[in-house]
Amino acid sequence: MNEPILSVRGLSKSFGGVHAVQNVSLDVWPREKVALIGPNGAGKTTFYNMLSGRLRPSDGSVSFEGQDITGLPPHRISRLGISRSFQITNIFSELSVRQNVEVALTALHGKGLQMFRIASRDRALREEAEQILAQLGLAELADLRAGVLSYGDKRLLEIAIVLATRPRLVLLDEPTAGMTPEETRQVTRLIRELAASNTYTFLITEHDMSVVFDLADRIVVMHRGQLLAEGSPEEIRNNKAVREAYLGEEEEP
Amino acid sequence: MRNAIIALILLALFAALFWLPSYAPYFYIFVATEILLMGLFAASFNLIFGYTGMLSFGHAAFFGIGGYTAALLLLHFQLPLFWVLLLSMLAGMLLAAVIGFFCVRLDEVYFAMLTLAFGMMTYAVVHQWRSLTNGSDGVAGFALREFGLGLDLQLADPAVYYQMVLVIVVLASLALYLITRSPFGLLLRAISENAERVAFCGINVRRYRLLSFIIAGTFAGLAGGLFAPFNRVANPDMVHWTESAQPVLMTILGGAGYFLGPYFGAAVFVLLETWITTYTEQWMLFLGVILAIMVIFFRRGILGTILDWLLRRQ
Ligand SMILES: Nc1ncnc2c1ncn2[C@@H]1O[C@H](COP(=O)(O)OP(=O)(O)OP(=O)(O)O)[C@@H](O)[C@H]1O
Ligand SMILES: [Mg+2]
Repeated sequence: MNEPILSVRGLSKSFGGVHAVQNVSLDVWPREKVALIGPNGAGKTTFYNMLSGRLRPSDGSVSFEGQDITGLPPHRISRLGISRSFQITNIFSELSVRQNVEVALTALHGKGLQMFRIASRDRALREEAEQILAQLGLAELADLRAGVLSYGDKRLLEIAIVLATRPRLVLLDEPTAGMTPEETRQVTRLIRELAASNTYTFLITEHDMSVVFDLADRIVVMHRGQLLAEGSPEEIRNNKAVREAYLGEEEEP
Repeated sequence: MRNAIIALILLALFAALFWLPSYAPYFYIFVATEILLMGLFAASFNLIFGYTGMLSFGHAAFFGIGGYTAALLLLHFQLPLFWVLLLSMLAGMLLAAVIGFFCVRLDEVYFAMLTLAFGMMTYAVVHQWRSLTNGSDGVAGFALREFGLGLDLQLADPAVYYQMVLVIVVLASLALYLITRSPFGLLLRAISENAERVAFCGINVRRYRLLSFIIAGTFAGLAGGLFAPFNRVANPDMVHWTESAQPVLMTILGGAGYFLGPYFGAAVFVLLETWITTYTEQWMLFLGVILAIMVIFFRRGILGTILDWLLRRQ
């Protein structure tokens, strides 16, 4: 096989005495769908925060497409082709739904320094934004203020912003958390469609095991900041250590 | 349709303002000039505050340096006003680049404090550098000659000066307005709401904050450059921290969420000050009460409250 798209070596982060992530190494291959699972507080979000530049690692290294990106600021990492969603919805409530996506597209196309033209008259930008919104079933809501959307639609908009940066590696932090079963199915279907286009690599954190086993090519399990197991869905399902880590925390699939 | 009505109203307002000298008492020409200049000053501040989400307490530094630049150039070089104003803008721009370089690194209250600190330093320099600025007396005794660009304007006539100010303020405001509606302006609004998310979209937030700060400083420099000839002096009052408070108060009074809010606030502020001070010395007391009422009951400012009310009636 060719080079891994993401290569993590000995990544660690401690907050004072808390070792949130300890010595995690992981390779992700192009066009893979990897699920990162683990009980609450396992360190998944902290791991994402280091990959995306929100937190500087205490130790270890991250490289993306062969380039060392350890400790780069978020905007640099985003421009290189890694985009993430947030576990806690992180959108622009005061802007319209369309503008939420246009912010990302403006950045993507390097239009951010245009000062003497009206943004809303940019047809190309508008159409591209609407196309992305249509992909998520949000087209009809484009003119609404994002703050008035339902919880599920806000979560979808969160993903729309991620897609609008045209990433090659997508980090989704619990994309279906709090969604209705119908919305969850919609997101699962969307991720599968996007994966079928063969342009994205996914790293997905998820507590909903049906989604995990439905989507993942490979599952990585974190527990107390460390990698506990790694393997195919079948292997993980039968892994004893994983069962024990989850015992009493989650229902087994 | 709605846009056409708004455009018509603004055009009528412009005409009414332009011919103000022909029907209003002489005194109100001065009041109107002051309103326009403070309005532009406040609107430039609001690019940083309302549109980028940073509360600057040092905006008078740029207004002041614009004023001193104009006064000194008029006094020593007798340049045409047009070129004087360009250099005032340049002075505001450069000072904002230097001050902004340090300030945009900080967030929230730290940003506010650092802009205040730089504002005070600028004041101290202006006040102490007597050989250049004439200390607390300020730079005065300059004459207004020509405007430049081949325009024959009697600038010494307050009515003519007022009309020139009106045209320049309108043009500058159109430029500022365009900036707020541009892709750049969209990113500023996104930054003001959620800077972190913008960074994760691939934008260097600090750079955009700095640009916003510099643009605001440039327009404040223009307002100051027009204000000193109007006031016949550039003195340290223009740079004092209480002068930095003015655009903050005017913007909150008018409504930070609207482009015209600061202009509206400036009009209310200057008119109230003019009327109230003819009856009593207690202008500050009245202003304090009005501001308290605004902040407690009408957060969206006077303009915002009126527009909300009109929209609800529709
Ligand atoms: N900024 C921080 N400061 C201090 N401790 C933190 C910080 N962020 C995370 N932690 C701690 O690090 C550990 C891992 O947290 P993290 O949010 O990464 O877990 P998670 O796997 O995402 O959990 P969940 O499934 O609940 O989202 C927890 O013990 C948490 O309390
Ligand atoms: Mg988490």
